[in-house]
Amino acid sequence: MNQPSSVEASPIRAPVWLRNVFLCMLVLLMAATAARGLLRPEEKPDRWQQVQLPKWRRGVEFEQSLQRLDQALARRWQQAGVEPAPKAPLLLLARRVALALCGTVPSLEEIRRLERYRGPDPLGWWTQGLLEDPRCHDYLAERLARSLVGVEVGPFIVYRRQRFVGYLADQLAQDRPWDQVVREILTARGLWTNQPQANFITVTLDDNDQEQPDPVSLAARTARGLLGVRMDCAECHDHPFDRWTQQDFHQLAAFFAPVEVRFFGVRDGQRHYYWKPLGAERPVRGYPRVPFAAELLPKQGVPRQRLARWVTHPQNRAFARATVNRMWAVVFGRPLVEPVDNIPLEGDVPEELDLLAEDFVRHGFRLRRLVHLMVASQAFARDSLEPPGADRRHVEKAVANWAIFPLTPLRPEQVARSILQATSPGTIDHQSHVLVRLVRWAGEREFVQRYGDLGEEEFAPRGATIPQRLLLLNGKLVTERTRPEPPLGASFQVAHFAADDEEAVRIAFLAVLTRAPEPEELRFFAAWLDGTQGRRRQRAIEDLYATLLNSTEFGWNH
Amino acid sequence: MHAHLTRRQWLGATAAASLPWLTPVAELLAQQPGAKRQPARSLILLWLAGGPSQLETFDPHPGTKIGGPTRAISTRARGVQIAAGLPRTAEVMDQVALVRSVRSQEGDHERGTYMVKTGYRPNPTVNHPSIGAICCYALPEAVPGLGRTEIPRHVSILPGQWPGRGGDLGNQYDAFVTYDPLRPVPDVTPRVGESRFRRRLAGLEHLNRRFARRRPVQSARTLDQTLLDRAVRMMSSEQLAAFDVTQEPLAVRERYGNTPFGRGCLAARRLIEVGVRCVEVTLPGWDTHADNFTGHAELLQVLDPALSALIEDLKQRDLLQHTVIMCCGEFGRTPRINPLEGRDHWPHGFSVALAGGRIRGGVVVGQTDPEGSKNTVDPQPVANVHATVLAALGIDYTREYESHSGRPIKLCEGEPIRSLLL
Repeated sequence: MNQPSSVEASPIRAPVWLRNVFLCMLVLLMAATAARGLLRPEEKPDRWQQVQLPKWRRGVEFEQSLQRLDQALARRWQQAGVEPAPKAPLLLLARRVALALCGTVPSLEEIRRLERYRGPDPLGWWTQGLLEDPRCHDYLAERLARSLVGVEVGPFIVYRRQRFVGYLADQLAQDRPWDQVVREILTARGLWTNQPQANFITVTLDDNDQEQPDPVSLAARTARGLLGVRMDCAECHDHPFDRWTQQDFHQLAAFFAPVEVRFFGVRDGQRHYYWKPLGAERPVRGYPRVPFAAELLPKQGVPRQRLARWVTHPQNRAFARATVNRMWAVVFGRPLVEPVDNIPLEGDVPEELDLLAEDFVRHGFRLRRLVHLMVASQAFARDSLEPPGADRRHVEKAVANWAIFPLTPLRPEQVARSILQATSPGTIDHQSHVLVRLVRWAGEREFVQRYGDLGEEEFAPRGATIPQRLLLLNGKLVTERTRPEPPLGASFQVAHFAADDEEAVRIAFLAVLTRAPEPEELRFFAAWLDGTQGRRRQRAIEDLYATLLNSTEFGWNH
Repeated sequence: MHAHLTRRQWLGATAAASLPWLTPVAELLAQQPGAKRQPARSLILLWLAGGPSQLETFDPHPGTKIGGPTRAISTRARGVQIAAGLPRTAEVMDQVALVRSVRSQEGDHERGTYMVKTGYRPNPTVNHPSIGAICCYALPEAVPGLGRTEIPRHVSILPGQWPGRGGDLGNQYDAFVTYDPLRPVPDVTPRVGESRFRRRLAGLEHLNRRFARRRPVQSARTLDQTLLDRAVRMMSSEQLAAFDVTQEPLAVRERYGNTPFGRGCLAARRLIEVGVRCVEVTLPGWDTHADNFTGHAELLQVLDPALSALIEDLKQRDLLQHTVIMCCGEFGRTPRINPLEGRDHWPHGFSVALAGGRIRGGVVVGQTDPEGSKNTVDPQPVANVHATVLAALGIDYTREYESHSGRPIKLCEGEPIRSLLL
């Protein structure tokens, strides 16, 4: 309704009633769009019908790699003297995959689809379907971005975090080889807006150093995020426990010294690098040198390009191992080597880490293949059940050796998304109505803010807190999402459309916990609904949903 | 791989003590040699988000090129002048110490906030805890004479974008976030009636028992049931009333000012009375790149009554000696006035006001240049301000904890400003 000011003074100014009519029409139009979208959703093309396992996934080489991985796991269990837990049911495995790849529990709609699937390898099919889902690209991109650019808002003018995450999501959508992506990020040039990968550089812009990228932060992120070594501990002195010297670290930082940000964006200039050895009076010049495997470093070229080639060199085991360890942590909730970014270069590492790294390099650094291998492994297939009567030490040993699936708390955005998904009848994804997506975005954001984001250290061991518990018990999201609001509230729908009490309990269990209730549970919760009608019934179902959403089983990956 | 070992040992040792608000047992209250007063027990951080201008608050330079139209007034502290917009604060300046030469290296809001709240520059490899989290970590859960604190010990009222975080000390030290004290405290009131709430708890017990029965070892480590019990206990704690400022006489409320920030300061006083260790109250809006003088004049009308009433009120209740007040933002503002009558970010010499506990009132440390250069007399890094505050709280600020990456990190790397401590 913005009228130019000249119109205000004009004699043919539209009368007030006419403007009000326009406004009403606009509001009606918006309401109609919303209503149409909600009541008669557009026919979504069924993505799942096209989902097929890729050829390589059915190939001999994949099977061989998987077999080697499973053999290593079997050896490990034998050596540790632990009995593997029973195989987890398919729905539980599907829940784990959905949480890892899309950050949410599966929707009721998706569960039904999986139950109907009659192919030979339902878990592989399910995993492939989610890997092709744009939700997965966005979600994994966000998780991977944390180790590359952190979570800070960053320098206002020259940094666009969303652009960087979007860039990663595009690469994941195409399943581009990860080594190529990393090279693009490390060697990015140009403006942070049209060359989104350049944000890896610009996020480190330091206001004290003439607004230029900070080689120390860049070296630290490269070492930890891409190579899985914590050399930054040697920034001020030689590492007290590890092999890294202060010189090693600053020589790595020297590769980034020439990078500068000018009017036309990131470029390679001529800056030299100086650092101050511990106890020295004056800074000394640092020359670009790599801290290990120097033979893999190209002799010629711009420093950053040489570094990028070295980092992603097929024989640079650190890169492949670091990637595998991080993806394992995404899939299992806990890395193979802890902490996720501190993998010993020499000495013992789990055999599984090297087997997966080897397959990853040999088959072109494809993240999707890596995820498939992990999900198909015997470790992923284990339930989290403990043998009856086993003592604490035995159980801990079994968990440490992946014979029992580890319990890990859902991440804040996983909790938020799962609450939103579990209380929605359909899948919330890119094809959902714009209003549904908007509600999801706002709800998730507000919830995560109160729940507390994990920041960069997303795999550090942690516990829940009392404010988090309170948020789930009495907070806005759970309250609003469980309220029996017509026509789309889950408890309203269940109250009206479930055939009987038991059916209602079954639906709620499937939607929230991704499993059917056991007979005892069915009896217990159906009793809440027994003989209820109308509002009382809706309230009982609301209580059922709120209870399920507060359970340990919902809040933890298991 | 000693690094792994050390880290594990540390985690093992702290895991048992990591129940929220059950601080690891600390050898605390390290008395400073020659200390004349008992250390304080709580901290109130008045956070002026956006970066207040030192020239319009605690360090006016009237009559100079950089001073702008801001006038200075004399205060209860001899020889100390502050901006005319703070007349009531001037009356309590004998209780307040000013550090006018604080230097930070961070001129960006996010990084500056991190620096001033934690005492460290941002570093991708360490998550430094903010000063409130350090208080909760280093001081015992129960305040002597008050008994156990059932409500969160670290509270952020009207949080800005970056409320205090526990960082590498653990998320149990994150600030509990709450809003205008006229609004109910979030999440502590059941949304359904008593009987329905009980029914939900019974259902939850049924579900959790089944889950735990089959995974006794792993689920015991989740602490879920313990946390649930404590959360439910907190919901009925009488200490929650401390958030409710309407229980105060109207006259007291009016002294603090009828603003969310004023009410926040009043709630802060009530909270430390029941044993909360750190309350952060935020007053945003100081980022005056344009129209600096009008913007500051409005904000000072909010700050002045709240700050002065807080100091007077604590003093009257004999609580000022048990409480440290720290009032500042993430940086100061440029001496140069820009063409929009605004001032930009200036981390090279800005003011922090301290009061209470072992802080000596009526003292000023450092001077900024009346010409507006970066040269300051007696420059103090942010870490020194932190060390001073921690010392006033009787916390051994040189104590180390281990970061998630296994690095030993000191609670604070600065040195206390001795002239400020009694």
